Amino acid sequence: MKKFSKILAIFLALALVLGFAACGGKGEPTDTPTAAPADETTAADANAAYANIKIGLICLHDENSTYDNNFIKAFKEVQAELGLADSQVMIKTNIAEDDACYTAAAELAEEGCNIIFADSFGHETYILQAAKEFTDVQFCHATGTHAHTENVPNFHNAFASIYEGRFLAGVAAGMKLNEMIDKGDITAEQAKIGYVGAFPYAEVKSGYTSFFLGARYICPSATMEVTFTNSWFDIALEREAALKLINDGCVLISQHADSEGAPKACEEKGVPDVSYNIDTASIAPNTALISSRINWAPYYKLAIDAVVKGEAIPADWTGTIATGSVELLKLNETVAAEGTQAKLDEIMNRFETGDLHVFDTATFTVKGETLTTYLADVDDDGTFTGETEAVADGYFHESEFRSAPYFDIDIDGITILG
Amino acid sequence: MNKPEKAAREPLFHIAKRNGIAWWKAWIIRGVAIIASLIVCALIIVLLTKQNPLEVYGAMIKGSFGSQRKFWALLQNLAMLLCISLAVTPAFKMKFWNLGAEGQVLFGGLCSMVLMFEIGDRLPNAVLILAMLIASILGGVLWALIPAVFKAKWNTNESLFTLMMNYVAIQLVSFAIMVWVPSGSSVMGVVNASTKAGWLPDLFGKKYLINILIVAILTVVMFVYLRFSKHGYELAVVGESENTARYIGINVKKVIIRTMILSGAVCGLAGFLLVSGTNHTISKDLAGGNGFTAIMVSWLAKFNPLLMVITSFLIVFLQRGAGEIATNFNLNTSIADILTGIIIFFIIGCEFFINYQIKSTKSGKEGK
Repeated sequence: MKKFSKILAIFLALALVLGFAACGGKGEPTDTPTAAPADETTAADANAAYANIKIGLICLHDENSTYDNNFIKAFKEVQAELGLADSQVMIKTNIAEDDACYTAAAELAEEGCNIIFADSFGHETYILQAAKEFTDVQFCHATGTHAHTENVPNFHNAFASIYEGRFLAGVAAGMKLNEMIDKGDITAEQAKIGYVGAFPYAEVKSGYTSFFLGARYICPSATMEVTFTNSWFDIALEREAALKLINDGCVLISQHADSEGAPKACEEKGVPDVSYNIDTASIAPNTALISSRINWAPYYKLAIDAVVKGEAIPADWTGTIATGSVELLKLNETVAAEGTQAKLDEIMNRFETGDLHVFDTATFTVKGETLTTYLADVDDDGTFTGETEAVADGYFHESEFRSAPYFDIDIDGITILG
Repeated sequence: MNKPEKAAREPLFHIAKRNGIAWWKAWIIRGVAIIASLIVCALIIVLLTKQNPLEVYGAMIKGSFGSQRKFWALLQNLAMLLCISLAVTPAFKMKFWNLGAEGQVLFGGLCSMVLMFEIGDRLPNAVLILAMLIASILGGVLWALIPAVFKAKWNTNESLFTLMMNYVAIQLVSFAIMVWVPSGSSVMGVVNASTKAGWLPDLFGKKYLINILIVAILTVVMFVYLRFSKHGYELAVVGESENTARYIGINVKKVIIRTMILSGAVCGLAGFLLVSGTNHTISKDLAGGNGFTAIMVSWLAKFNPLLMVITSFLIVFLQRGAGEIATNFNLNTSIADILTGIIIFFIIGCEFFINYQIKSTKSGKEGK
């Protein structure tokens, strides 16, 4: 025993010395990145206004979730664009939708963040709690519903008119369906789309309905089946859901759930796939068609600029195609039907001129009837009853009374499974 | 290496069980293990992230002690993990593999939330909180009792049974949220934010102080129960050998059921503290995996509630440090999890050297 202790002691002492020597040796190159921010600071001098701010981001998951990655990527882009040093940017990942979220927000505020963003719907009440406590810090919560009624001056919501992006992605899907019909791969009646949804919630319903309307705008015989995973991020469930839909005869898949489960299943089965928030061309080169995405960078910049200039951030902000918030990721030409890009450009122009509306009541029916009136639940007061008339001038006004989607109507042509 | 020809003929070392070890020697081995783990972590930090490991360790400490808020968050997380660890300890000491703490906490929490949400505005707060406490404890007991009765009566496999009860609890919570939040968002949000009905009050202006005090008292009570009470003795005997227990006249079925009632009750209490004293909401992630981490805390401390304060501190310290590293050095939390894994691996691994010794074959022959 004693001998062993000695051997162990010598070994450990050696390991210790070597270990620290290794740290010392490698310590030098470590200094280079630390020196780099100094250079960045010089760059930041150009826009010195940003030199004194600190920005924070709270994420539900980390980069492995396409949803959170979309927030983090844009955050780092903005950091680079504004020349912010690494010490001016704090990202907290894997923050649950409970008291941990409040603690994270409070920690960021105490560590000097002037503006804090949070990315998940369930973070809202905890961010609101922090906003009431730290009144000199701005809190910007994406996808939330309370800012337009709460009147807390430093608490804000934001979202984007992603239903327009979804419609465009649907157009690309419709073109693909038409190509399949023309080639004789499927009959017009077999043009069935499968959709992997997360929860039967307005954000998801608005998303798949606009996607479907886009597809049907091009391919009138299209129908759609929707299945819910009841989770925002579950690789296995999303994969299973996609496989189930494919077995069910769906010839094209799309999703509103945050993993790569569905795109990978589609690649295996050779079924075209429309994704959300990420470019899946690298993981599904033969089936990924297109993807729509909310680009959060314009909102980050708008809010950060407001803080720097001492101006007010809008209580509830909706990004659009025009603000650069709604984006289509690169069309995969090997999968897409001919002429898709031209069609997309044409429709994007029509959105910008206001000539085309996604939820045009002439293009869909509810239980066989045209929608003429609908009270949407815009004010999230806990009653879950609609109070705002959303149908006017022949279309449903989505994301106009508040940024977060509130279109939650089941339209004809879409079947919900299970 | 001096005598390679000898080593070729017979192994250089052999392993022998120790007959016991002085406590200070055991702690030296543990200390050496921690230092060794930090060295391995340092190498990984340098190789993978090119950061200075000392700065990374500094950040890790800052994650728990960097500010008053961080320190309170540490205490709160520690209290919750410790509470669930205390809950699983009597069952594990009895060798009843209770993998259902997660579900017992969740169902206990759900019972609290039902009262908080449904009748929160109709009862005086003190009565409401008391009712929630009782409901949670009963809920936890129910969730633990079902597998315990099946085990005692029909000798069903308790690991599978308790594990499956977790999924039932998760589904029940999802169902309840679906009913309470018809918009389909699956998010409860903070309940009774304006009235604070059913919220444990702040003590001396400190948000988590009640949670921490309750768990502190519970730790001492559990220590006394396991060490000095007849019940504690009985469950230890059942854990060592059911036949011995039966031989000396212990009613094994009764002990199993009684111990699981206790285990479930403490889990239910943890659910109550999480709903009423911490989050004021419920989601299927209420226990956050602590139901499983608690098993490690309990085993590492050899079922000693006082030592569990240290082991749960260690785990929570590493968790909070991991988050801090990720934020400060702009890393994915996975790297921090890797470091945590290495440290825990060394700590568990060193128990081998405490229980066994490696003798050189030569010295063995000399009778040393």
